[in-house]
Amino acid sequence: MSAAIPLSAQLINLFASVILLLAFAMLAQRRVLPLINLFALQGLTLCLSTLVVAFTTGQAHLYGSAALTLVLKAILLPWILHRLVRKLQVKADVEGLINIPATMIAGIVLVMIAFNVALPISQLSSAISRGTLGIALASVMLAFLMMIIRTKAIPQVVGFLAMENGLFLAATSATYGMPMVVELGIALDVLVGVIILGVFFFQIRDQFDSLDIRHLEKLKER
Amino acid sequence: MDFFTLTLAIPLVSGLLLTVVGERAWAPNLNIIASLGTFLASALLTVEIVAAGPRFAFGEMFFIDSLNVFFVALTAFVGLTTSIFSGPYMRNEQEHGKLTRPRLRLYKSMFQMFMFTMLAALTTNNLGILWVAMEAATLTTVLLVSLYRTPASLEAAWKYFILCGVGIAQALFGTILLYFAAERVLGETGNALLWTHLVDVKGQLEPTIMALSFIFLLVGYGTKVGLAPLHNWLPDAHAEGPTPVSAVLSGLLLNVALYAILRVKVLADGAISGSFAGNLMMGFGLLTLVVAAFFLSRQKDIKRMFAYSSIEHMGLITFAFGMGGAVANFAGLLHMTMHSLTKSAIFFTVGHAAQKCGTQLMEDIRGLIRINPVVGWGLMLGTLAILGMPPFGVFASEFMILTHAMKHHPWATPILLLALGVAFAAIFGKVQPMVFGDTHAKPLPHAPAIIPVFVHLGLVLMIGLWIPPYLTRWFHEAARMLG
Repeated sequence: MSAAIPLSAQLINLFASVILLLAFAMLAQRRVLPLINLFALQGLTLCLSTLVVAFTTGQAHLYGSAALTLVLKAILLPWILHRLVRKLQVKADVEGLINIPATMIAGIVLVMIAFNVALPISQLSSAISRGTLGIALASVMLAFLMMIIRTKAIPQVVGFLAMENGLFLAATSATYGMPMVVELGIALDVLVGVIILGVFFFQIRDQFDSLDIRHLEKLKER
Repeated sequence: MDFFTLTLAIPLVSGLLLTVVGERAWAPNLNIIASLGTFLASALLTVEIVAAGPRFAFGEMFFIDSLNVFFVALTAFVGLTTSIFSGPYMRNEQEHGKLTRPRLRLYKSMFQMFMFTMLAALTTNNLGILWVAMEAATLTTVLLVSLYRTPASLEAAWKYFILCGVGIAQALFGTILLYFAAERVLGETGNALLWTHLVDVKGQLEPTIMALSFIFLLVGYGTKVGLAPLHNWLPDAHAEGPTPVSAVLSGLLLNVALYAILRVKVLADGAISGSFAGNLMMGFGLLTLVVAAFFLSRQKDIKRMFAYSSIEHMGLITFAFGMGGAVANFAGLLHMTMHSLTKSAIFFTVGHAAQKCGTQLMEDIRGLIRINPVVGWGLMLGTLAILGMPPFGVFASEFMILTHAMKHHPWATPILLLALGVAFAAIFGKVQPMVFGDTHAKPLPHAPAIIPVFVHLGLVLMIGLWIPPYLTRWFHEAARMLG
């Protein structure tokens, strides 16, 4: 099988599988700081994979989005999150109450669903990276699962950002990336969103003395 | 400088200006003047578009036709009345010690930025930028929902951010799929997300991809419209944020999100044979209508109750657009206008009522007609209007939706009537004792700005009795765009 596939496609598939692996690792990571590092690593892998697509297809604007990914997702956002963790003094936060084996099994089921949903679309695509669309959708769903099961605010936000990583992978795998102006806009939104959340974390902590979002379950229909 | 540039530039510049100068005695006036400027520019833009037809701005970046210019004018108008209302309202909140000066500064600058993001979302020609602007609209309002910094408001803001963030992520996936479908037809140019280019080739877009894309976009933007089952953020955000924010969220943001769905529906209808998109919207609309109607009777908080009423009306409007065709689209647009005007007027009176009685709990709000007859009558008339009583305009649009449904989708009529009946009983039964009855509340330090309420209700009444031919032509034009 390997002989028929060009090296670049193999590299793209390799990076995509690393992204999926990192998505699983994030799902299982209980501590805050290693989680942020895993997220940074996912951003770096995403950047490398975009670079390979850009090099193979000669799509100049993909170099731009690779650079954007590197700066935003591998450097800037992890740095902001690290700073937040330090300032909020939640370094030692360990998430209890997550059943890792059950989560992993749920994750595997989600991956299978994602591959089946993506199959008809990726068959229509002519892009070199089309095989990775299933992986992209799977990482979106895994990030979504992470947002559901986490009970601390920062891991939830990391899940939110990881979802954006998956969407970015989907955009590069199906269509060689969105137009540059849209990508810049999305990047700006993500950055502003994280900054606003940073402000918001301080408000939550001042009010509840913790970042446990189980405090935020009072508003319900009675 | 043309009117379009002014419409976008005024809120952006004044938003930045209000951030820089901070909270001064004249800051509320600056807020009103900026909103007035935006409204005048948008009114002149409307005149221009209705007379001369659709046009582009800044190359092909922005596109204004009779459909979106209608939303632009409505957005700018409600923005203006809300800024007038919020002047004395926010000063009363400050006197009550609920808000500090830095927070008032945050409120004013974010209010203008919110107007900017909504106007940008409405006028952009690029479906990717539409997504960016919708997300930015969420971001500008998150800190407004948590303006009081109470535990409940923090929770509401967090829910708002996370739920809308997840929803909007699905809309992004839908946009990516749409781009993918478009790229196969239009090639790898930057034009494949421009709506005007897409609409020319909508018949050639791959139906399977478009169907999947429309589902993701409907669920994604539908979260922001407040469509069930992803409506949970809406009552919390409306109840816990300051009242002017509830008024613009309910009267404007929901419309803008629905507008995004309408734009994509035109493309999906062209690509997919049959009425796939319309059926989906009818289903979601009916579900939302019924869910909201039954939650209405259980509410204790007045703003929460009217938030559920917004969900209910959004369900009805989504249903109307789902039916499609000239009449239903006309009714949908009319109902959107009526709902925006009436609901923001209601939130204005509710804000003053809650401020006077010092609570949002309906059982503690009594005898509004004695403390302040104007607020009392405003709430009563607004409630009658939103419940679809003739001669108000909501009656006209609901009547059109119902008769159209009877003719083309008779199975839906009993569900519609049941939901509207349940909503009527729930809301009227709760508002009546609040308006009449005994009270001990004291007068407020700053007299409320009540003119916006009656301007809105007057317009709703006028449209119920007589729609100016100018407006009819404009609505017809917009309804035709939607196919």
